[in-house]
Amino acid sequence: MKRWLSYHETYVFIVIVLFSAVIAAVNPSFLTLENLFDLLKSYAFLGILSVGVLFVLISGGIDISFTAVATVAMYVMAVLIIHYGGNIAIAFLIAATIGIALELINALIIYYFNIPAIITTIATLNIYYGLLTVFSGGKWIYGLPPWFREFADIRVLTLTNEAGVSYGISIVTVIWFVIMLAAWGVLRYTVLGRSIYAFGGNPGSAERIGINILRLQLFVYGVMGLMAGIAGVVQVLLVQTVAPNSIVGKELDVIAAVVLGGASLFGGTGSLLGTLLGVALIAVMSNGLTLMRVPSYWYDVFIGLIILFSVTISALRRRQRIGRMIIVEGEA
Amino acid sequence: MSARKYSEILTLGLVMVVVALLLTLFIGPQFLGVGNLQSMAFQLPELGILSLAMMITMLTGGINLSIIASANLTGIVTAMILIRYADPAGTGPGLWVIILLAMLAGLAISTAIGLLNGGLIAWAGVSPILATLGTMILLKGLAIVLTKGYVLSGLPAPVLFLGNGVIAGIPVPMILFALCALVMGVILNRTPMGVRIYMIGSNITACYFSGVNNAAVLLKTYLISGLYSGIAALIMIARFNSAKADYGESYLLLTVLASVLGGTSAAGGFGRVSGLVIALIILQLVASGLNLLRVSAFLTIAMWGAILILVMVANTLVTRYRERRALAY
Repeated sequence: MKRWLSYHETYVFIVIVLFSAVIAAVNPSFLTLENLFDLLKSYAFLGILSVGVLFVLISGGIDISFTAVATVAMYVMAVLIIHYGGNIAIAFLIAATIGIALELINALIIYYFNIPAIITTIATLNIYYGLLTVFSGGKWIYGLPPWFREFADIRVLTLTNEAGVSYGISIVTVIWFVIMLAAWGVLRYTVLGRSIYAFGGNPGSAERIGINILRLQLFVYGVMGLMAGIAGVVQVLLVQTVAPNSIVGKELDVIAAVVLGGASLFGGTGSLLGTLLGVALIAVMSNGLTLMRVPSYWYDVFIGLIILFSVTISALRRRQRIGRMIIVEGEA
Repeated sequence: MSARKYSEILTLGLVMVVVALLLTLFIGPQFLGVGNLQSMAFQLPELGILSLAMMITMLTGGINLSIIASANLTGIVTAMILIRYADPAGTGPGLWVIILLAMLAGLAISTAIGLLNGGLIAWAGVSPILATLGTMILLKGLAIVLTKGYVLSGLPAPVLFLGNGVIAGIPVPMILFALCALVMGVILNRTPMGVRIYMIGSNITACYFSGVNNAAVLLKTYLISGLYSGIAALIMIARFNSAKADYGESYLLLTVLASVLGGTSAAGGFGRVSGLVIALIILQLVASGLNLLRVSAFLTIAMWGAILILVMVANTLVTRYRERRALAY
């Protein structure tokens, strides 16, 4: 019991349960499978991006540019598949390649010129987004190929509600969960994954025990790019249009979700379970506000309050822990 | 050390002259005509004061992502009070009292925001990025709740003077900016507080062990940052004759760019107001020039990003070269 209380995830989980209880008391339709499956589908985009952001935050970096990267990836992907045709695997491949390439540029600038990650990525966000808008003329893309639209409708489990409308677990949800499982395996069981934690926890020591920092940075931002590319395709699958300005500006929401899940900007901490719970908290809250008929413009106020509350608690706990460490060192 | 500072300001000044000459060559003599110079002098102050707000936090090694949101909320609250209680056609001392009170209320809010940021960073130990990210989302949310996304417009005429008036040929916003820059320069260079701000940016642990109350200095830093964003807000609503939840969102990149271009180190500890002012003039020249040349606004944004990276790369290379030379001797 005491061990559980020391995990950040436990508290996030308790908050989610409390929120859910309140929402369900006001509007029972919150607790239906239909609503759950719907949330799991519509939050796949945020969820996939949050996996990439988690990698970056664990390594002690930060990325602001990933929404622009995702936008470029999905725009180019859409233009290419409409023009040349292809299949869903090719669509993902194109977007992933572009995503990885653009994020590797971030990693190279950060590594070789020692520029703070936040400044580098604020700059590249504007470069990628600005150039895309210039070249695309800001035009929306409609009319995606039929095979692309059909793929979005695939369900792995189909149920029917009383009204006769069928619902189920979307293929998009499956993609999200497969990605999380793979990322969990990489972070927990591979040398590369463990060295991300080591580097984020203490870059100096990590370098001395022989971790190749350039390779590590390329890997971390590469994962971010891969996730941005996949999330870009998922977004197009969900809405079936491509708008150059639809997701830029949402980057802080994603970072907020990951931070809510316990990842720290100081690096070295963070888990996939926590990130999933962070996304779940944001999903439950925004869905709950809608179901409780709270006007949508209150949304940011709640998110902001929750973030400030969460980061303050974790900062205070961190301070407490460091204080204890100094006392222990003093006694030894 | 002082030779180095001198050479940096000189280099920036040289860049400014070259940029001005090049743009005049492309656009023609009207680029440096009275009309264009005056329109630039009206545009620069908002960004300038916001950049000062950004710069002081960067000097301590932090960052303030909430300045734009803070400015918008301040502007909205001030505008709401003015629209509700001040008669647009009214005159007399009553109107002036209301205007004064509305502005004080606005500045009080921006100072409170600064206090919130400072408290989170200095007392709770939240990293500046996260703390100001959280307040940014919260403030933007509050701004949307207050306005429901609409534009608030129709401010009393005396307020508009603050954004559009001219005294002795000099635009009023420019005078306010000069005052703000002067006060910031005095704080940074002539007070113990200023020295402590630079010390925290250079080495926060050494600063702590030399007996400085780091928390108090950080708190004041973010307080000043908040107050400056509030002053920028007053000029902004006066110039546009309106307030809205999402004005000036592209300014965030530009404030970082202006600070870095002006020699403020992103890791903290270095940077001067004079450098920032010259950097702002360069940015304003380029922005006006591109506007006159009808370059797309988005291409301009992309270019700002590229310039930011190039300046940072150049800074790194120069530092490395200096270190290598220092080792060789």
